[in-house]
Amino acid sequence: MNPTVMAWRAGWSRGVIELRQSLTNAGDLFNHFFWPVLMLGATFFMRDVSFGQSGFTLGALALPSILGMNAAMSMVSMSQQLTADREDGTLLRAKATPNGMIGYLTGKIISVSGGLVVDLAIFLVPGLFIISSLAVDDASSWLTLIWVLVLGLVATLPIGAVLGSVFVSARSQGLLQLPILAMIAISGIFYPITALPEWVQWIAQAFPVYWLGLGMRSALLPDSAVITEIGESWRHLETIGVLGAWAVLGLVLAPIVLRRMARGESGSSVAARREKALQRTG
Amino acid sequence: MTDRAVVLHVEGLRMRYGTTDVLRDVSFQARQGEVLCLLGPNGAGKTTTIEIMEGFRLRSAGQVDVLGTDPARGDEHWRARVGIVLQSWRDHGKWRVRELLEHLGSYYRAYSTEATTRPWDAQRLITAVGLTEQADKKVRMLSGGQRRRLDVAIGLVGRPELVFLDEPTAGLDPVARHGFHELIEGLAEEGETTILLTTHDLAEAEKLADRILVLEGGRIIADGTAAELARQIAGEDEVSWTHCGRSFRQSTTESTRLVFELFKEYGEAIGDLEVRRASLEDTYLSLVRQAESEGAAR
Repeated sequence: MNPTVMAWRAGWSRGVIELRQSLTNAGDLFNHFFWPVLMLGATFFMRDVSFGQSGFTLGALALPSILGMNAAMSMVSMSQQLTADREDGTLLRAKATPNGMIGYLTGKIISVSGGLVVDLAIFLVPGLFIISSLAVDDASSWLTLIWVLVLGLVATLPIGAVLGSVFVSARSQGLLQLPILAMIAISGIFYPITALPEWVQWIAQAFPVYWLGLGMRSALLPDSAVITEIGESWRHLETIGVLGAWAVLGLVLAPIVLRRMARGESGSSVAARREKALQRTG
Repeated sequence: MTDRAVVLHVEGLRMRYGTTDVLRDVSFQARQGEVLCLLGPNGAGKTTTIEIMEGFRLRSAGQVDVLGTDPARGDEHWRARVGIVLQSWRDHGKWRVRELLEHLGSYYRAYSTEATTRPWDAQRLITAVGLTEQADKKVRMLSGGQRRRLDVAIGLVGRPELVFLDEPTAGLDPVARHGFHELIEGLAEEGETTILLTTHDLAEAEKLADRILVLEGGRIIADGTAAELARQIAGEDEVSWTHCGRSFRQSTTESTRLVFELFKEYGEAIGDLEVRRASLEDTYLSLVRQAESEGAAR
């Protein structure tokens, strides 16, 4: 069989194994539940707060938006895992294995997306009991949810890989959180974006978080909710355009940056980081 | 051994960082089935040399040929024939031993040939490195010695023709070190796999290597079997004796002659005579010292 195809298959099983590991250990399970449960709490308190004259509650508007935000956050998990794997030598092992980098990346995509689907379900299933005004009886709602999610992942995972290669240490990964939180704050997740000043709206529309939120709202909210959106439209074409642009950017940059990062990996570079980490802790 | 194929050929290898030469004019060869040991003090350039051969580092100048390929241009097929024993730290901590070996082995299946079935069977490998009881344990639960055994197993899983080990016993306790030596000796006995390892431990080099290369200050200052090295540099024997209640001690390369002269001169008045032959350790130390002073003079 073709070695590359074999590496994809190895990567698939790698992803499945990693996903299983993250669902069978206490620390990772806590991480899986922490944010969804916190978000459920927020949704619960917003369930009866109505947004202006729209006839919708903030909870109903926020639930799909939070789904979109979570999907965009897979960018962060990708980035963080890449940094961690580089630091501890996982990536070097992949490099020492024939086609190991293909397998590694395939595995990472599987495990991060799989983990995301689990996180989304943890949030969405109880969420549907809290918020009753969602349009979920229709197959087309779920179809929209799926294409938005898939497109969102294609847009955000490669960018996450780029960030993970550029921000080399766990500490700089921490710094990366700040702009990401700012991006979430202006992306109309917890409060409709039309309530924000117009120039802020323009900034938000440059990033994937807003569009993932919009896409999810278009999937799960009744059509009448469209009045809370910019231009009173779900703007599917624009969603595809912006997320598609991020996808292209990521898919072009990621192989270049990843290759460059991998080239620098060797036993001594991992040893140097280990030395540094041991000094920090010891 | 000399009729075996050359699997490793390094000629005039140089590595320069900025204006400092870390390696200068390093040349050596290894033949199939040989255990070659790069011995030298810390900072001598051992790791740099091995990483260039692994294809993880680009050299400044010189010719390097590993299994017929320049490692700087080694493709995945070449990669499948080379085993690298990395020192694990905390990677794959959640994986179970057998699971990890089976997974990493699966990448080599595409490179199986009629002559060489790849990869090794995970269970067989686990038995060979003595991790049978830990096969279903998580990697992070292993002791330092067990982890290193797993590292070796991972390096071997693709059934490589050539294995690189950089400071494989650094940080191991004596028992684990001994177990590790047995593992390498067992592998060497089969005579199929060429092994290149680095160490700063002379006893380890003497125990494992068919041939020792002494690297100091970025140059190879000696190349040969342990016995050849001892002969190459006539290390000084130490002769001690007593005469008239006083102790004497003298270093010489001509210990037999010195003893003969002593008896000729003092006859039975000589007591507590002791001749200590130059050990490989003395040879090594004098080699390194000599190279250091030459390096400083330049």
